Amino acid sequence: MAVDATRFSLTLSRRTRRRKLVNLLMQVLATIAALAAVAVLAVVIISVAQRGASALSWDFFTKTAATFGQSGGGVADALVGSLVLVALATAMAVPVGILIALYVSEFASPRIADAAKLVLDVLNGLPSIIIGIFVFALLVIGSGQAAWKGSFALAIIMLPLVARATQEVLALVPSTLREGAMALGASRWRTVLGVVLPTSLGGILTGTVLAVARAAGETAPLLFTTSIAANAVTWDPRQPVLSIPIDIFALAESPDPADHARAWALGFVLISFVLVISLTARLLLARYRSKLER
Amino acid sequence: MDADTMQTVAPIEIAQPREAPLSASGREAVFVTRGLTVSYGKAPAVSNVDLSIYRNLVTAIIGPSGCGKSTFLRSLNRMNDLIPAAKVEGEVHYHGQNIYGDGVDPVEVRRRIGMVFQKPNPFPKSIYDNVAWGLRVLGMKDDLDSRIERALTQAALWDEVKDRLKKGAFGLSGGQQQRLCIARAIAVEPDVVLLDEPASALDPIATSKIEDLMHELKNEYTLVIVTHNMQQAARVADMTAFFTLERTESGGHGVLVEYDETPKIFTQPSDKRTEGYVTGRFG
Repeated sequence: MAVDATRFSLTLSRRTRRRKLVNLLMQVLATIAALAAVAVLAVVIISVAQRGASALSWDFFTKTAATFGQSGGGVADALVGSLVLVALATAMAVPVGILIALYVSEFASPRIADAAKLVLDVLNGLPSIIIGIFVFALLVIGSGQAAWKGSFALAIIMLPLVARATQEVLALVPSTLREGAMALGASRWRTVLGVVLPTSLGGILTGTVLAVARAAGETAPLLFTTSIAANAVTWDPRQPVLSIPIDIFALAESPDPADHARAWALGFVLISFVLVISLTARLLLARYRSKLER
Repeated sequence: MDADTMQTVAPIEIAQPREAPLSASGREAVFVTRGLTVSYGKAPAVSNVDLSIYRNLVTAIIGPSGCGKSTFLRSLNRMNDLIPAAKVEGEVHYHGQNIYGDGVDPVEVRRRIGMVFQKPNPFPKSIYDNVAWGLRVLGMKDDLDSRIERALTQAALWDEVKDRLKKGAFGLSGGQQQRLCIARAIAVEPDVVLLDEPASALDPIATSKIEDLMHELKNEYTLVIVTHNMQQAARVADMTAFFTLERTESGGHGVLVEYDETPKIFTQPSDKRTEGYVTGRFG
């Protein structure tokens, strides 16, 4: 009886006790790491909101900076500037990005497609300051800054994001759909336009939205291309405009503590924008996936 | 077993055809293939096929998995062009013209020779737009509504969908989706419809509807169906071609073994391999 009891014992022995402890330890460490990521995000959002809250007001959104020595004023020029910059950059990057993705997934041979994907990934990894200085050398030297030049730099940053995201969703479109369209006597292009693109619209939108979120927060490319602006709201892309990230930097450098609060508030606006946009993209993608898998 | 004993094998039990199969004699050949070989990369998938397909008949292509049935079918409307590694040798004459010849546009080929696939593949659009899309692409926009009604009626789907034409095609059952794909294919008034195991993903009732449909459709179109369901071939086909896999040192490739009127293939096959397959002793 005694022999059997040790052989089939279900209680912990010394060795299994150690294993169990190691298991527990690793589980705790991994959980802490995951919680830390959430905590960092929470701390950033809360502290930015706390410090900026005092500066949020109607004037903050509707007025430009007050003249030196006077109180009050806002960041309307930076908000409008960022809107113009990002809208224009999106208009440049999305059509080209979609065309690149179509080429890679529908027309190129597998070898060229792989090479193109690699190039896009490298472009995506390019430091944004390099893109800024490239556009500076290409467009700004000799003729000065302008919003559209900043948008051009942002578009280069958005391009690989849009192209890669689009290409990924095009790859999800079942080849049986393409065959179905081709078997009706449709040309390749009509097939793409009439069946493949509409099917992947949700995914393309998601990629675009994520690229917009990224571009909205970029600072470096704008330093060289559109950072010295008049203190006025302008929608004209031929003029240099102020933007949210550049204005945050400028306000933080100011000697006036009220400006510091404005910098935090502007930061809060930027975070909220990116957060809302990322969540929207997630939602869109989830809906699109469930639609396609049905 | 030699040819004489072959004649005396007990009659093989087969499903009865729904109506007497038609004979090929005196009919115009729509397709004539000569020495047709299709390879993926270096390995031939199907080799040296000589076969004639006749007008307004249902021609079935049967055989075990991997014997190149689908590859052969897809070479009849240049669907293999879409696979970069696929290479076609030999000739496929369609009403006398080699569809792989110079100056032949594959898009024009597919416009005349439609195809229905194994898995229903409706477009993620409404039922109406599924049928309308091909018509719009080909510029057949006059009388769109009545063309769509006619195609859906021919596909025996009209009564089931007439009240929800604007609803999404994914809301239909698998069998309805497949009939929608058939409607989509015949709406553009092709000459030939190729069907690649059109019922293999469907339940028996849906399958039976598709088979009934084929009997109706052959009055207007020439149909070629690939199936690995022998009873189905016996029920719907006038002519049956049996393909098999010929093993070689480098793997194997599909070959055409025997091609004849369906009753002959199922009751008096002249090749031992055909007999083995249709009696269920092999494959």
